[in-house]
Amino acid sequence: MNLGIDAVGRQSLRFIHTLGGLFVIFIRYIISLRYIFSSIKLIIDQVYLVGLKSLPLIVIISIFVGAVSAWQAAYQFKFIGAPLRMLGQAVGKAVVIELAPVLSAIVFAGRVGAGITAELGTMRVTEQIDALESMGINPIRYLVMPRVTASFLMVPFLVIFANFVAIMGALLVAVVGVDLTWETFMIGFRDSFKISDLINGLIKAGVFGMVIGLVGCYHGFNTKGGASGVGKATTESVVLSSVLILVFNFIFAIILFRI
Amino acid sequence: MSLIKITDLHKSFNSQIVLQGINLEIKEGESLAIIGQSGCGKSVFLKSITRLLKPDRGDVYFGAKNLNELSSSELIKIRREIGMVFQSAALFDSLSVKDNVGLGLRESRLFKADEIERIVEEKLNLVGLADAADKSPSELSGGMRKRVGLARAIASNPKVLLYDEPTTGLDPVTADLINELIVDLNKKLNVTSLTVTHDMTSAYKIASRIIMLYNGCIEFDGSPDEIKKCKNEVVQQFINGKSRGPIKVR
Repeated sequence: MNLGIDAVGRQSLRFIHTLGGLFVIFIRYIISLRYIFSSIKLIIDQVYLVGLKSLPLIVIISIFVGAVSAWQAAYQFKFIGAPLRMLGQAVGKAVVIELAPVLSAIVFAGRVGAGITAELGTMRVTEQIDALESMGINPIRYLVMPRVTASFLMVPFLVIFANFVAIMGALLVAVVGVDLTWETFMIGFRDSFKISDLINGLIKAGVFGMVIGLVGCYHGFNTKGGASGVGKATTESVVLSSVLILVFNFIFAIILFRI
Repeated sequence: MSLIKITDLHKSFNSQIVLQGINLEIKEGESLAIIGQSGCGKSVFLKSITRLLKPDRGDVYFGAKNLNELSSSELIKIRREIGMVFQSAALFDSLSVKDNVGLGLRESRLFKADEIERIVEEKLNLVGLADAADKSPSELSGGMRKRVGLARAIASNPKVLLYDEPTTGLDPVTADLINELIVDLNKKLNVTSLTVTHDMTSAYKIASRIIMLYNGCIEFDGSPDEIKKCKNEVVQQFINGKSRGPIKVR
């Protein structure tokens, strides 16, 4: 019993320590933003690596997210006797407000957040970060700022694509699988579409991007040991990013979408 | 006046005490070898000098400046006067050899692109790797990687060079080549050097002064000739590479 309490206590302290570390790296990131214009090449490189290279994966996932949403919504509508002409409305709202931002961010955490941690973690254990510091290069400016900025910019960009592709996936299922005309689906979608929903979704996506970048960099910088340390840090990075995305999503739901 | 002065340096990791009150003065132009058993804190000592590790207690002076009292921008300026060669060379995998050597110069924004190109070429020539400028670090042998690390460390014309086990993992012939390169560069560039090593052949060849760390303190401080004649059992066991004696294998 005592051992269990000890373990919970230790884990809680570790979690608080991690949150403190994330806050410190966030402040250092904000301070390093004064070098944003002189680091534009580094940021563009990361925009390509973390953003554009994620696009094919986001597109593939979004097609199926949209498709399965339409199918499941139609199944539920049939079960409760709701009219199928409301399919575009229901799927459109779900995609724009929740599914595209949250699922894109979680996929991004798995692909990009893990990549950032593995790269920086390897740099840490092979003394490359020490080498940067010994040359008088601030690793926060050189490594963290470009990655976090690129993540912050590119998750909303990817979510715009995810929205579009998911709606197309849903439309395809509505037309081919549910026998709805595309006009009926699009009228339903258009009637319920609010630009504020799209903007709120993109704001969330920007915050998720920043969280993924910061968590990835934090775990990378704090990697200890060799290959196993890098593996452990990468796993922890993806887990923490995913949890924080869901926590922030709930906070945004309360703030942005008042009942 | 000494170029580097270390007073009462303490460092521990959790409950493990690594350095306990190191006092040392290093004069300009000296070539100091820091020897000691694996895990005795030699690399920690070296990293504490550049503040890559923050000491728990004690001060490190570079000239008249106390590194503990410097702002981060002042520390960056000091670090540009100190070149460091890492044990694993610590080359950036994503950059070519010439970009590795020129990175510090480029990021300092003090040099134009053509100047950087000229300096990189000059430093790669000094270490005999002018032909490898466009190669990636993964294409290099262990000895070549160390030499690129050395070219990178001297790129900013530092006053002090720190070598962390420069011959570890190399065959005897390549190790000797690195030793000769260190001696040669120390003379040509007129630098003060600190070399962490447990390779006594290397220490005798490159050092004008040797210190031995043991139990977190300086056990011996003297010239290569003095260490050979030293009667201290700990020192004799280490320099002669004996498993029996007061030093316990960790």
